Amino acid sequence: MFDVNEVRADFPILSRSVRGVPLVYLDSGATSQKPTQVLDAERFFYENSNAVVHRGAHALAEEATDAYERARQTISSFVGAQVDEIVFTKNATEGINLVAYAFSNATDKARQGLDVDQRFVIGPGDSIVVTEMEHHANLVPWQELCAKTGAQLRWFGITDEGRLDIQPGIIDSTTKFVSVVHQSNLLGTINPVREIMDMAHAVGALGMVDLCQSVPHMPVNVQELGADFASWSGHKMLGPTGIGILWGRTELLNIMPPFLTGGSMIEMVHMDQSTYAPAPQRFEAGVPMVAQAIGLARACEYLSDLGMENVFQHEQELTAYTLAELAKIPGVRVIGPLDTRDRGSAVSFVVDGIHPHDVGHLMDAMGVAVRVGHHCCWPTCRRFDVPATTRITTYIYNDKSDIDQAIAGIKSAQEFFGASVAVSA
Amino acid sequence: MSEDLYQEIILDHYKNPRGKRVKIDSLAQSYQVNPTCGDEITVDVGQNSDGTLLVSYDGQGCSISQASASVMSELINGKTPEQAAPIQAAFMELMKSKGQLEPDEDVLEDAIAFAGVSKYPARIKCALISWMALSDAQIKASLTATTTTRDE
Ligand SMILES: Cc1ncc(COP(=O)(O)O)c(C=O)c1O
Repeated sequence: MFDVNEVRADFPILSRSVRGVPLVYLDSGATSQKPTQVLDAERFFYENSNAVVHRGAHALAEEATDAYERARQTISSFVGAQVDEIVFTKNATEGINLVAYAFSNATDKARQGLDVDQRFVIGPGDSIVVTEMEHHANLVPWQELCAKTGAQLRWFGITDEGRLDIQPGIIDSTTKFVSVVHQSNLLGTINPVREIMDMAHAVGALGMVDLCQSVPHMPVNVQELGADFASWSGHKMLGPTGIGILWGRTELLNIMPPFLTGGSMIEMVHMDQSTYAPAPQRFEAGVPMVAQAIGLARACEYLSDLGMENVFQHEQELTAYTLAELAKIPGVRVIGPLDTRDRGSAVSFVVDGIHPHDVGHLMDAMGVAVRVGHHCCWPTCRRFDVPATTRITTYIYNDKSDIDQAIAGIKSAQEFFGASVAVSA
Repeated sequence: MSEDLYQEIILDHYKNPRGKRVKIDSLAQSYQVNPTCGDEITVDVGQNSDGTLLVSYDGQGCSISQASASVMSELINGKTPEQAAPIQAAFMELMKSKGQLEPDEDVLEDAIAFAGVSKYPARIKCALISWMALSDAQIKASLTATTTTRDE
């Protein structure tokens, strides 16, 4: 197991104060902090090798291209992928949209009588299946696709305990696509994605997994998920903002219509038509985010040095502690699984009589940064009949003292608003 | 620490909201939501026979948003649109002030308690949401200060 104090020393931001008190950062589910190693890797690239990649033949261009492609290699090994299966995107949201637009564009082309792969053609009578615990990023693109094509959107509900309610008949012979979150960013639930992807494949549908909250926090091998696509963001796993990954099976990536078109993604261009490069270049139009890719690769190395199994164990301990401490406070209710079985470190809760905004504000006054709101999972909040929650998320640089400070913040909010605030509803 | 934000007046309006869900003959309604936190508010406006405004609201949200709606309804109810306009303008100005403005108690009365909110960018929207809903409902009902009130 790694030493949290040694880890903390790599994160300059963690030694600053906010509002006159030391910062306690418990919002890594929104975005993680960045170690100096990642910042240095980006700086080193700009100071030594900066040039445009995949264009030009001068020395710097070669070095930059080499660094960019080595980054792809590092990131692919981190998740057990083949290098050509890794597409750089801006973030997870873009990766999901890229797949949604492959369906949309293929369907448009089919209507023009063009030859496209039928697996991406969708219309009335077809269905797309998601879950009630999706981040808006893995819900709204599918709503849009359904609205454009006439397909039907369906979803698995959630049990009171915060688990997926995998009812038969939701995925059926009409289903063309299934997209599911691996770990819920609101509930913390870890879903049986392999089982769901197998259900999708059994009816001939394609499947995708949102890995935003799993790749940063646990060992993930994309081949073992049984999915066709996966998407996640770099900024939640110690990497820079502005870089995300779409993983896809090469066979599919190479026949999908492109999402963004322009320079760098072409094979041959004439005035009246063009052909496209194979994946991953096919989906990387324009000058890409080179320094960010290099920073993300360095983040993967950092996490590999700690060991993803250790990262997971560390967070399991913190999550167990957080759940136990929250359970001791009267008037606090956790939304999501109450034990660490199939559960990650996102812990959402509500405090009786005090709105999450006010809870978060009083925690902030004690230096504790937590997220308040619907966490881009508005339907999930509605499912549990809460307008919003307060959410603690931990990472490699957090320890029990951070949780203790959060608990003190919650208690101070209760004291401030009076334990028995009788707010007329 | 938090006292600059959570003034006694605010906590009092939060715990004992005034004018919430009162029945009025509504001329127009506005529903506003704060998409970052899910706070929701619905404001109804009507008009008394003397031309003064009737305001009712309903909603859910944090202490700041609920208290602000309560203070607003108390301030605006019974005022003509012409009397309400400077109060509304003064509140907007206060919220934009980043804590740099000394609010005029003669105009804003209890609403001066929200001066501290303007120092917290994340909370300004909470304080403003009911006031935005009111303006919107007034426009829909043609009950703004710029339009001359209709003949009864
Ligand atoms: C589960 C999940 N999916 C998708 C996203 C969207 O990530 P991004 O905003 O980086 O595209 C997030 C992050 O907020 C998330 O937690």
